[in-house]
Amino acid sequence: MQTSLIRKIIFDEKSRSLLIQTLVIGLFAIFIYLIAQQTAYNLEKRGISSGFDFLNISAGYDISIRLIPFTSEDTHLRAYFVGLLNTLMIAVCGCILATILGFIVGIIRLSSNWLFRNIAYVYVEFTRNVPVLLQIILYYSILLSLPKIKQAFPIFNTFYLSNRGLFSPSPIFKEGFSIVFYSFVIAIIFTFFLKRFLKSKQEQTGNQYPIFFINSAIIIFTPILFYYIMGMPLEFDHPVLKGFNFKGGMVIRPEFLGMLFGLSIYTAAFISETVRSGIISVSKGQREASQALGLKSSFVMRLIIIPQALRVIIPPLTSQYLNLTKNSSLGIAIGYADLVHGFGGISLNQTGRAIEIMLIVMLTYLSISLIISLSMNIYNKSVQFKGNA
Amino acid sequence: MTKIKSLFISLLLTLGVSAAIAGSHGSTHDLVKERGKLMCGSNTGLAGFGAPNDAGVWEGIDVDVCRAVAAAVFGDASKVEYVPTTSKVRFTVLQSGEIDMLSRNTTWTLSRDVDLGLEFVGVNYYDGQGFMVSKDLGVSSASELDGASVCIQVGTTTEMNLADFFKANGMSYESVPVETNSEADAAYLAGRCDIYTTDASGLYASRAGYPDPSAHVVLPEIISKEPLGPAVRHGDSEWADIVRWSLNAMIIGEELGINSGNVDEMKGSNNPEVLRLLGVDAGYGAMLGLSDDWAYNILSQVGNYSESFEKHIGPNTPINIQRGLNALYKDGGILYAPPFR
Repeated sequence: MQTSLIRKIIFDEKSRSLLIQTLVIGLFAIFIYLIAQQTAYNLEKRGISSGFDFLNISAGYDISIRLIPFTSEDTHLRAYFVGLLNTLMIAVCGCILATILGFIVGIIRLSSNWLFRNIAYVYVEFTRNVPVLLQIILYYSILLSLPKIKQAFPIFNTFYLSNRGLFSPSPIFKEGFSIVFYSFVIAIIFTFFLKRFLKSKQEQTGNQYPIFFINSAIIIFTPILFYYIMGMPLEFDHPVLKGFNFKGGMVIRPEFLGMLFGLSIYTAAFISETVRSGIISVSKGQREASQALGLKSSFVMRLIIIPQALRVIIPPLTSQYLNLTKNSSLGIAIGYADLVHGFGGISLNQTGRAIEIMLIVMLTYLSISLIISLSMNIYNKSVQFKGNA
Repeated sequence: MTKIKSLFISLLLTLGVSAAIAGSHGSTHDLVKERGKLMCGSNTGLAGFGAPNDAGVWEGIDVDVCRAVAAAVFGDASKVEYVPTTSKVRFTVLQSGEIDMLSRNTTWTLSRDVDLGLEFVGVNYYDGQGFMVSKDLGVSSASELDGASVCIQVGTTTEMNLADFFKANGMSYESVPVETNSEADAAYLAGRCDIYTTDASGLYASRAGYPDPSAHVVLPEIISKEPLGPAVRHGDSEWADIVRWSLNAMIIGEELGINSGNVDEMKGSNNPEVLRLLGVDAGYGAMLGLSDDWAYNILSQVGNYSESFEKHIGPNTPINIQRGLNALYKDGGILYAPPFR
């Protein structure tokens, strides 16, 4: 009985591989445990305290680039959220800009115009082959050489450009503005149903409707109409140069712009190559067939080529989004207050909890990346061929 | 099967050995002697305090503390390897044992001394946080700085002092965090910020390197206490003693008027403290586990505190700092070493 069990384990392929896999996992777990054990022991031996209590201690420093209120009396935990939001802000803005730029450049790369095609080619080859850190520092240095604050360059006397950022008026919402906002939301929902209705009508009758123009008009003019009905419940707080700086209004800091330009221009070069390969992957016959049907060239691109190209584009595009998000941790080089800079840098230094903080920061990046992957995978499924193609 | 077994055993052995290496900690003094040189954590480059000169040789008053320790341990002040550290990694580098001591304009605070497992052994420069502004702003006091943009080096006590100062005075500011000294200089000179704040010594050192140093003024307000001093790992008091008394020897040297020029003559002095310091009266070196001429080596090779100060940051250098608080207690400062007996 016993020998047969051993025999089974050794000679049966399935149970043998199961045994080996269990062993490997077990060893790995022991390995991790020993490292953790040893680290804890070493920390204790050197008199370094550890734990996560520091999260509730007040941070003691200020962060100027922030989306939520933060003062030096707030906790390290709140500093973490300030940094997280800044990371997400640069990641989202960067991905959007990089996608737009990447699609445009990718299509230009395939254009028949020699000059445009080659300008795009030079751009792609240059940006792809220079480290992104250097590019970020380059754009930041250029932004720092903008006029000084006292000589800020006025644009329409409303916006002011200086090396401390772009100052713009900030909106002040007065009573009744919420109705304007809701009318905007309702308009969007309405156009969604209108689009479905007009599409089905088109399928029935064959008549085409300018859906895009109708919907744009509805979305734009409904809130404007309500804005006037409600008696213009919106004012602007204009920035005024007072003392050292502009007072009032909003500002986009050069650190943010430097990161945005650096990351999106760099990533757009990769995305453009992805887009190009996607478009090339659609067989020539598709284009020729649609042209033979007499479709406009913009229709050929939008209705025939791009939907098929997306199947090829989405998976590598996902990894570009992930790269951009992870590269946003380079903000530390130019003082952009992202997660690594504020929480992972300043808090780390004030509290000395290197292991704990790095663990939190790494887990955060992991979560962000996994969420991006997941949502892109869902989107990817929706653009793949349905059924047996 | 045997293959897997042997793999398992070897893995366990490797783990055990690496754990043993990580866990073992001999005395730092023995380690340093065995290695034949001192590993000293220094600044990445702060003129006058710790920076390589044109010939690539490290110089400065912080560097002189490292040299003094090397002179005490080896009788040769040049047996030092400098490990440049940023403000962010300096403590980790020391804790991990990569360096034997940290001498890098580091402020002695309670939490660093206690919570980070460090041991500050003394103060080699009494500093305080100051503000530097461009002269053409016409600012004469730090209380006029409401709304200003402030360049600040991250990961320092400076940030907390700054936040406290502006809060206490009901003023607002925009903080522009930068990673290193040179980045702060660049941002300040480009006009990204109105004010550069750090320890006053650092401001003087930075200003000395500007195209037109006279166009910038360090405001009179000093908003914090920043006692800068060398630190070692907690739990090795023997090594802490050696570093502490190497620094003290330089200060006592100045008190007793012993410098690198007259140290040999002073051996014939009839002041008993001089004779004890220079090892003519034997026995004090042995208490520290050093040779009796350890302090003689420091004073002859590195010099006393005053020599180090005047050579690197004094009024005759581009850094141009007055002794101020850093004068001896009998000259109106607060520099004071316990008696050598």
